[in-house]
Amino acid sequence: MRPLTSSRSLRLFSKSAVPAATNVVETQSLHRQFGATVAVADLSLSVARGEIFGFLGHNGAGKTTSLKLLLGLLEPSNGSGTVLGAPLGDRRVRARIGFLPEHFRFHASLTARELLRIHGRLHGLRGATLERRIDDLLMRVDLVDAEDRPLRGYSKGMTQRAGLAQALINDPELVFLDEPTSGLDPLGRLLVRDIIQELRERGTTVFLNSHLLGEVEATCDRVVFVREGRVVRELSLKTSNGDFAVELRVAPLDPGLITALGAFGTQVTRVKDMIRMRLSDEESMPKLANWLVQRGLKVYELRSRRRSLEEWFVEIMGDGQRPG
Amino acid sequence: MASALDNPFHGVLSVARLTWLEARRTRIALAALICAAVFLTAYGLAVYFLFPTSPQPSVRPLLTRQLQLAILTLAGLYVANFLVVAVAVMLPVDSISGEIESGVIETIASKPLARSAIVLGKWLAFLLMTAVYLLLVAGGVVLVVKALTGYLPPHLARALPLMFLGATTLLTLCIAGGTRFKTVTNGIVVFGFYAMAFIGGWVEEIGFILGNESARYIGTAISLISPADSMWRLAAHEMKPPLLQQLPMGPFSTAAVPSGAMVVWAIGFVLAALAVALRQFLKRPL
Repeated sequence: MRPLTSSRSLRLFSKSAVPAATNVVETQSLHRQFGATVAVADLSLSVARGEIFGFLGHNGAGKTTSLKLLLGLLEPSNGSGTVLGAPLGDRRVRARIGFLPEHFRFHASLTARELLRIHGRLHGLRGATLERRIDDLLMRVDLVDAEDRPLRGYSKGMTQRAGLAQALINDPELVFLDEPTSGLDPLGRLLVRDIIQELRERGTTVFLNSHLLGEVEATCDRVVFVREGRVVRELSLKTSNGDFAVELRVAPLDPGLITALGAFGTQVTRVKDMIRMRLSDEESMPKLANWLVQRGLKVYELRSRRRSLEEWFVEIMGDGQRPG
Repeated sequence: MASALDNPFHGVLSVARLTWLEARRTRIALAALICAAVFLTAYGLAVYFLFPTSPQPSVRPLLTRQLQLAILTLAGLYVANFLVVAVAVMLPVDSISGEIESGVIETIASKPLARSAIVLGKWLAFLLMTAVYLLLVAGGVVLVVKALTGYLPPHLARALPLMFLGATTLLTLCIAGGTRFKTVTNGIVVFGFYAMAFIGGWVEEIGFILGNESARYIGTAISLISPADSMWRLAAHEMKPPLLQQLPMGPFSTAAVPSGAMVVWAIGFVLAALAVALRQFLKRPL
């Protein structure tokens, strides 16, 4: 993988001049059904400009259908929404959007350069500007060596990277990425993570649909959990969500201490020589440390333990669900 | 960026360009070109040996020679017409349905294009390919005969557009079918239409020769449903010298010549199929 220099980053993604406060995606009670099957029941969500937004759910939870509704590939049976301030399906606004579908595929006889040229032209780009953009993107997704080979000879990961480049060809304000790291090896995943980070710095909003919770946790600012096309929980990954767990190892460990720790937090439990408990926020941690020392206890260990996204997922989505 | 998108033809031309780029590299295009080359070579050899360059007027009177040449040219153009029809169906048969099935269409349709531009762009590209192929194969037949014998069928300027229109009816039907059916189903439906047109033409011819009005009406009705073969029969009639037009029966007989109204009908058929294609694709979930 080629490292990304800051100058290249600036060349690839110009800073957005649009105010940061507005929501780029807003939906109200979006509903879509195919015959009797309800794919999206009642989707209401908003995504702020510049946010890296994770869209999580089981297989068949309506994630891809929701994405298609936002992109205008499907019409809602009911409900409404806006993308970049325009009603869903607005043609002009798509010039400001990038999209990487799940399992990206394109005409196999085309080379990566031709693929990007075609998609650039579909966006109305032309000439030297387009060619420069193609050069930059091919380098960014590490396909320079393979740019003149037909896509049919590409590995799954290379195809996915070519797909990612086409999603960024128009320097979009909003990018929808549907499982962008599927088929990528660890280095490929790292590359995608870097690109998302660059998009964040540029102010681009990323709408990320992924099963790989580790990827989502590493990149997203906020996630929503979707079940049967409904948002069942929203979670900020920047804050503790009122769920800041700590583990401490102190001595002496007496029953009175367990009771006294109840003043700082909840669910205080002893596990062997450790105490686990939940604090309301990160700021409570130094107060706790101070209190322990003042009480004359020996503090051997005090560490925070934030709940992983996987644990959240199991808790929120686990009820009555079977592996997808 | 805005200026290109403001052009109403931007989307159509961009999709046409993509379709052309992709289709010309397919195996179908290569196979069609090889078929054309093999056919024209075989046809040229046949003409060369059947009509040697030093004519033998004493053995073959000039009139007989002209009739034989006209029939041989029609035979060549008949094959050319079949090849053109095959290309007009095979090239687009997988285009829309295949892209919907593979998901390729999602990437295209998420661009700032009207959906109609996708259908019209593809239609335009395949129309152009069909025209080029028609000029290559039918033009090749005419050139071979002209070069080897000096014979040139009459009214080519009227006949070739009629052949093109016949192929266009099936091509447009194929595009319309692709917005609704899967690839294999679409292929079967369109070739079914062609077979129906072929049978309709023969029923009409035989009905005319036998004086059976019912058979003739049935044939005409079938031709209305599928006007591709009517266009060939009209083109063949145009390319016959006057003497051959007098003969009631024979190879490539056009005893029951479709009327000029059938041309208008065929154009209407193309426009109606295109309208169906646009309507289906606009409503189609992708």
